[in-house]
Amino acid sequence: MNVAAGHGASVRVENCGKTFADGTRALEPATLDIARGETLVLLGPSGCGKTSMLRIIAGLELPDPGGRVLFDDKDMTAVPIEQRNVGMVFQSYALFPNMSVADNIGYGLKIRGIGREERARRVAELVALTNISGLENRRIEQLSGGQRQRVALARAVAIRPGILLLDEPLTALDAALRDRLRGELNRLLRALGITTIYVTHDQSEAMELGDRIVVMQKGSIAQIGTPREIYFAPKNRFVAEFIGAANIIESPVENGHLVLPGGRQPIGGDANLAAAVAMIRPETIRVVEAEAAPLKGIIDSVSFIGDRQRMIVSGASSKPLTLDAPNTVKAQAGERIGLSIAPEAVRLLPPGS
Amino acid sequence: MRDRLIFTGQLIFTLLVAAFLVVPAILSISAGVTVNYFQGIRSGVTLQWVFQVWDLYAGTIGLSFVIAIATLAVTLVVGVPAAYALHVRGGRLSRIVEEIITLPLAIPGLAIALALLLTYGSFSEFRRSWLFILTGHVIFTMPFMVRSVMAVFATIDVRTLDEGAASLGASPWRRFFDVIVPNAVPGILAGSLMVVTLSLGEFNLTWMLHTPLTKTLPIGLADSYASMRLEVASAYTLIFFVMIIPLLVAMQMFADKEQAR
Repeated sequence: MNVAAGHGASVRVENCGKTFADGTRALEPATLDIARGETLVLLGPSGCGKTSMLRIIAGLELPDPGGRVLFDDKDMTAVPIEQRNVGMVFQSYALFPNMSVADNIGYGLKIRGIGREERARRVAELVALTNISGLENRRIEQLSGGQRQRVALARAVAIRPGILLLDEPLTALDAALRDRLRGELNRLLRALGITTIYVTHDQSEAMELGDRIVVMQKGSIAQIGTPREIYFAPKNRFVAEFIGAANIIESPVENGHLVLPGGRQPIGGDANLAAAVAMIRPETIRVVEAEAAPLKGIIDSVSFIGDRQRMIVSGASSKPLTLDAPNTVKAQAGERIGLSIAPEAVRLLPPGS
Repeated sequence: MRDRLIFTGQLIFTLLVAAFLVVPAILSISAGVTVNYFQGIRSGVTLQWVFQVWDLYAGTIGLSFVIAIATLAVTLVVGVPAAYALHVRGGRLSRIVEEIITLPLAIPGLAIALALLLTYGSFSEFRRSWLFILTGHVIFTMPFMVRSVMAVFATIDVRTLDEGAASLGASPWRRFFDVIVPNAVPGILAGSLMVVTLSLGEFNLTWMLHTPLTKTLPIGLADSYASMRLEVASAYTLIFFVMIIPLLVAMQMFADKEQAR
């Protein structure tokens, strides 16, 4: 399969907002371009508008007047979902209880008038692809959550959709299964190479699956970027705190240094600011000898996690700092330590964001 | 010992209650095959009354089944889509419509019949045909179909099922017949059972709406009680039992099978 070229359609969402009948604004007018074969993740807390965006792209909701949805530059705004050739995986899976697993997977093919033999062949292919061999004749209520998830995915891709839409497909599963299926799903999406739009509130899912991530907040887009961009260069405080762990520090900047209670932290350059908001990721803070360090603090607590240990250090900044130290560092609560942070690890965020 | 006593006591009580309910039915049925009810079973056993009823009232029995099946057909064709529409639309308007559909349950059958007569009595063709009785039966049984189908819809997420089928390319009609109806089968069966039995046994409305040429089984029964020997009316009851019980059992078995799947 030619993965690099990508399959399916490109998507353009143009100025699409959504206001419900009762007047609540679910989505501020937003514009998005999704390339052919790309996996785009819509990420945000519940009520951020990500599901509305997905449902508009699917054709399950109409955007407010003025909004347009284009597939491969063709205006699809008024086309109902059944004519958009999209595959969709619902959070509750929406599997048909009156049909067997095989009939569920083959339903879209049956609708398209594909003959019994061809249908059986395609269903067998998908059953193998999604690792559910042996379950073909089961009824839906006899399946576990993970099996249902796979059937839903197989059913959605069986019709060879131009666009695959997934609405929190792993949320209904327990944590261990979620991690395993996330890996499987990732391999499958890469292998299929279909344009995929994936909605989730789980940032690790977004990081692993997305070519690009759209972080959404209160109905509007906070940032669009690759997982790396979003993680290392968040545009504002919301994105910084939503993705991974972040220390947000408010302090004045003097001659290129954050002026903190525990010392002066260089941030590169020689800027002077009366008030700045800075972000420092916990894994970029190193524990060093207190004497020589520019920044000093006292350990509040140490939690040994296994692959690393998480420390809370007070006194260095106005609020306690969280840092991840290697699991070999020996330190105890109450100990006075020095902190070393590379200037480029400190990222200034727009104030008031 | 004490447990045994309690058990025996409960058993006797249950049997007495059951007997209280069953004995009248047995007496009534046995009267239908007795030569002379006032002399009792000593007078001999006969099927002559049954044959006599059949000769006199076969038409009413046939008409009852025609009306029951037609009522079922109408309530299915109208009631199932209506239940779906009411469920999916939701909101205040749906609640009001649901209440209006249910209203005939609270109104005496005689009042409904009177309203129908006042409104349509002058359409003499319609008034004289069995379709007039059908109209009354549909009004009376519709809530049972709509309610039991809606009860099933409330337990499954039909909206998402419908969206799922739509995403796979199915048109609204395909979705309705492939996904919505099959998943509503338990409710449709329960509703059908109610509609058929209620229609077969309906008396109040039918008594007001019938003409001498459009008598149903219960009307014939009342007629025979009023104008014939007790044995004839009892034989009539016997025929009613024989017809309706297999029907009830069959539908119940079908419903059980569906549930067990």
